[in-house]
Amino acid sequence: MEKKRHISLSVWPLYIWTVLFVALPLVYVVVISFLQRGDTWGVTDQVTIDNYVKMVDPMYGSIFLETLAMAVLTTALTFLFGYPFAYYVCKLPARLRGVMILLLMAPFWINSLCRLNGWMILLKSNGVINSLLLNLGIIDEPLKLLYNFGAVVVGMVYALAPFMILSCYNSIEKMDWSVVEAARDLGASAWKAFVTVTLPLTMPGVVAGCVLVFVPSMGLFFISDLMGGAKTVLIGNLIRTELTAARNWPFGAALSMVMLLATVGIIWVYKRVSGSKSLGDLM
Amino acid sequence: MSQLYIWVVLAVMYLPMLVVVAYSFNSSRYSNWEGFSLQWYEELFNNSAIVDTLNNSLMLAFFSCALAILLGTMGAVGMAKSRFRTQGLLENVSLIPMMLPEIILGMAYLALFSLCRVPFSMITLIIAHTTFCIPYVFVSVQSRLVGLDPAYVEAARDLGASQTRAFYDITLPLIAPAVLNGALLAFAMSMDDVVISFFVAGTNSQTLPVQVYSMLKSGVTPEINALCTLMLVAVFLAIGLFGLGRALFKRASRG
Repeated sequence: MEKKRHISLSVWPLYIWTVLFVALPLVYVVVISFLQRGDTWGVTDQVTIDNYVKMVDPMYGSIFLETLAMAVLTTALTFLFGYPFAYYVCKLPARLRGVMILLLMAPFWINSLCRLNGWMILLKSNGVINSLLLNLGIIDEPLKLLYNFGAVVVGMVYALAPFMILSCYNSIEKMDWSVVEAARDLGASAWKAFVTVTLPLTMPGVVAGCVLVFVPSMGLFFISDLMGGAKTVLIGNLIRTELTAARNWPFGAALSMVMLLATVGIIWVYKRVSGSKSLGDLM
Repeated sequence: MSQLYIWVVLAVMYLPMLVVVAYSFNSSRYSNWEGFSLQWYEELFNNSAIVDTLNNSLMLAFFSCALAILLGTMGAVGMAKSRFRTQGLLENVSLIPMMLPEIILGMAYLALFSLCRVPFSMITLIIAHTTFCIPYVFVSVQSRLVGLDPAYVEAARDLGASQTRAFYDITLPLIAPAVLNGALLAFAMSMDDVVISFFVAGTNSQTLPVQVYSMLKSGVTPEINALCTLMLVAVFLAIGLFGLGRALFKRASRG
């Protein structure tokens, strides 16, 4: 039965809020990315594509590449560590499963910076790991563990892994195990059954996890800032600098557009793979 | 073997926090252990910047969540009853803040509020946080509504309940757990947000995460370790109380 077109009264507050505070600001970012920067502050009304032309510079190219490499590496690592975790938790009795997921999620109620601080204490040149190795006589001088690309990846993986695990877990838990048993009965090895049955069946969860890790990893400038020192500049740090120190909003907006395109791209892949129509299914 | 892997991953997850807890009791300001002390807790409570920004963050999370519950729940319930041309578009656009790297929304607000000459304050923070809190409530309530049997509401209506009455007596109690779930998630997200707050907070309305960020950037700050330890205790207390409450509730409803 086709219902008549009507809009419930209670939708309006959400509708107005979304137009005012989601659509309008984003459209404004698109607009200023094509404007010229003002002399001291803000923008002028001169239309230009200079902000995009400027990005062709190899200096920015290498920042984009480093950001991409970091995001891909973070996503791959969270999958490699997270999927087996989710898989093994699903094999536990139901009672224990809830406890494990609770233990995994509990730290995420604590400020992420406080947790990052723990890694900084561990990795510092006079930190826990170095002191331990020095005292054991394994190394003669402190290793440089903090303030490099690797440290940023550690911070990102640590901050984002739960999203991947939860996503995979939801998918694996819903899976019909009898299909895997059937494959095994028909002579497939455990590994073969996993690769040809379990993994494809849980792919929607994996891809959702990839989106939930990849997208934020591009913008979390505070992790690269604290763990990477001045050397590791990612696109998020660049945008922040353009907005605050350099006060070049149009260029910052153009950089955001690049990030936006990357986001739209990965969500498109997600929709293709999962066949989902709504973004809400990601949660 | 598989159990071992689970424990190893959990150990790695908790390792940095255990280090923080241990160092919060270290009497030395630096990494070497010099003995037990509570001085960082004392400094934490005397640090007015931390106490003030904690208040700001709690207030911000509270108001943003309340607004998000209102807008998100009303929106999801209304959407389920409506059919209109821009419905799919509205749904996807309203969920964008959950999907976009936060920095883009942060810069959008910075630019727009500056253009409109809105001073950065608690108000701009609440607007920004409400916007990214709404999707969590909306999605949670929406997925609960999908699984809901429409016969309950129809029965209530057939028995003479008004639409409003049916909502308060039937729909609301049924979706309440989903509202709570979404709101808890939204609260956690609001309390933890650095990126958006960084751009829209005014000088007198700094949030705790932004304060911690600038403290960590500027150097050695053992008070942060004490703060983190207290948060850890609070979270596990809350989880314990929640578990206890649920167990008691179950026993009561069984007996």
